[in-house]
Amino acid sequence: MSQDYSFISDWVAPNSKVLDLGCGDGSLLLNLQQRHNILGYGLEIDPDSINQCIRHGVNVIEQDLNQGLTNFADGSFDTVVMTQALQAMRYPHLVLDEMLRIGRECVITFPNFGYWRTRAYLNFRGRMPVTKQLAYQWYDTPNIHFFTYADFEVLCRERSINVLHRHCIAEHFPDTQLKSLWPNLFTQTAVYHLSRQ
Amino acid sequence: MLPNSPPDNSIGILSAQSVRIEQPLTLACGVVLPAHDLVYETYGELNDERSNGVLLCHALSGDHHAAGFYEGDDSPGWWNHYVGPGKPIDTNKFFVVSLNNIGSCFGSTGPTSINPDSGEPWGSDFPSLRARDWVESQKLLMEHLDIPCWAAVIGGSLGGMQAMRWSLEYPDKLLNAVVIASSMKLSAQNIAFNEIARRAIKSDPNFCDGRYLQEGTAPLRGLALARMIGHVTYLSDELMGQKFGRELRIGDLIDRNTDPVEFQVESYLNYQGDKFSGTFDANSYILITKMLDYFDLSREYNNDPVAAFGHAKCNFLVVSFSSDWRFAPERSREITDALLAAGKSVSYVEIESDKGHDAFLLPNERYENALGGYLKRVASTVCVPTGADK
Repeated sequence: MSQDYSFISDWVAPNSKVLDLGCGDGSLLLNLQQRHNILGYGLEIDPDSINQCIRHGVNVIEQDLNQGLTNFADGSFDTVVMTQALQAMRYPHLVLDEMLRIGRECVITFPNFGYWRTRAYLNFRGRMPVTKQLAYQWYDTPNIHFFTYADFEVLCRERSINVLHRHCIAEHFPDTQLKSLWPNLFTQTAVYHLSRQ
Repeated sequence: MLPNSPPDNSIGILSAQSVRIEQPLTLACGVVLPAHDLVYETYGELNDERSNGVLLCHALSGDHHAAGFYEGDDSPGWWNHYVGPGKPIDTNKFFVVSLNNIGSCFGSTGPTSINPDSGEPWGSDFPSLRARDWVESQKLLMEHLDIPCWAAVIGGSLGGMQAMRWSLEYPDKLLNAVVIASSMKLSAQNIAFNEIARRAIKSDPNFCDGRYLQEGTAPLRGLALARMIGHVTYLSDELMGQKFGRELRIGDLIDRNTDPVEFQVESYLNYQGDKFSGTFDANSYILITKMLDYFDLSREYNNDPVAAFGHAKCNFLVVSFSSDWRFAPERSREITDALLAAGKSVSYVEIESDKGHDAFLLPNERYENALGGYLKRVASTVCVPTGADK
């Protein structure tokens, strides 16, 4: 269970309905099922991940997020979650709109491209960063939209999205100490809890 | 495969059982069958809690012989690849029941049976059937076997329709429904293909208005033609291209040649048609294709599939195949969306395959993993059969 998941489960109400977009092996939903008795569904396209969900007893629907979410009715979920996938979407801002249409609230986590190590990589090496979190070469990365903590703040403001909670995750010292002071510089993974205003 | 040494991972040699259900069965059309015969097979052992029963629902031309071998037979049952020890439908864990449904022609009461009122075969007078009639008859078999609740009801195509119908008619009598390559109702194109098949049968002079058994004949050519049409729709263009291409079986397409020419695909289709018409009954084919046409899951729920599935209590696994154009993935997505909107537990997988509708019967690793993974989970919720290894 990674750290960002534990924050998410604090924001999800017991017995609520949760949709996880790009649910991977279903471990977040499984945890929420066990902790909060939620009714969860995950969307996924990777066959191995789908099989793992099925084996874990997590509801999984084979569906490509880039093909839209029109099959989900307005307000049909309490919470719509997307972890570490927004940067891989064709139109992230539209996906965000869809998440807030389908769910009363949504939770998003993404890698902060403004993190100082990423900046240093680009700055000093002059090449696109390849880090543990962004472990792809520029030509084969599924991550087609790089954005920062600050960028996401602006997007939320522009689209009148209400930030219920924000959480900054950093693994190393001194990032762990400095992230609350300069989140855009010291956050590795940003976690947002959002609703429509 | 040698008939006397079936492969280790098969159920082995077995024989069918039969039962006369003496309880009257009121069909959806209003006709009452005072009693009816069912032929069935079972694989695996029922556990002490009687909780590991799995019902297999066959499709249009299926029968009760889903797995294992008959003595002296060199080909196994129609779903042998998926039903057996250690297979996705694991007979080490489940007590699997596979029956021939009424209206069919492999020993259960149908058009070739004797109508007690006339003393003659029913023929085309056999009452019109709905998928729910099969469910009702399966429910009577369930009572006969003293199974209080199915761990799962599983079926492909028309079999998936029965599994869905079970979930609405007897929501407390099944824990899981596995709906494979199916649909909540047939499309106009689908009904059209069925009507062409029926017309082919009825156009055969030997059909004799459905009284061919009394006349001592059978519309073999019409039935073969019907099957050939159906068979083409169960395959994909891609698969037929791979399997046959434009290969010739006889002759040659060079100039100034008047010898007959036959494509491989022609020979294959004719063979399939003739083989089928030798084993299936024409009236059953008409009866069951109509049953497919009439099926509409949500008709009695104001045509609202979400309201229909609101009655279900079981968990669902829905499976489709990418190249299936007779029961396209879109139809399975409709099932899944309705289940989602109804707040039911459902998983949906769309299996990449070039094998068309027939893919649900054929080996496919992803399909095996999805079905096997799901049923493993089901098995863990019901008990281990007595005397069997873990």
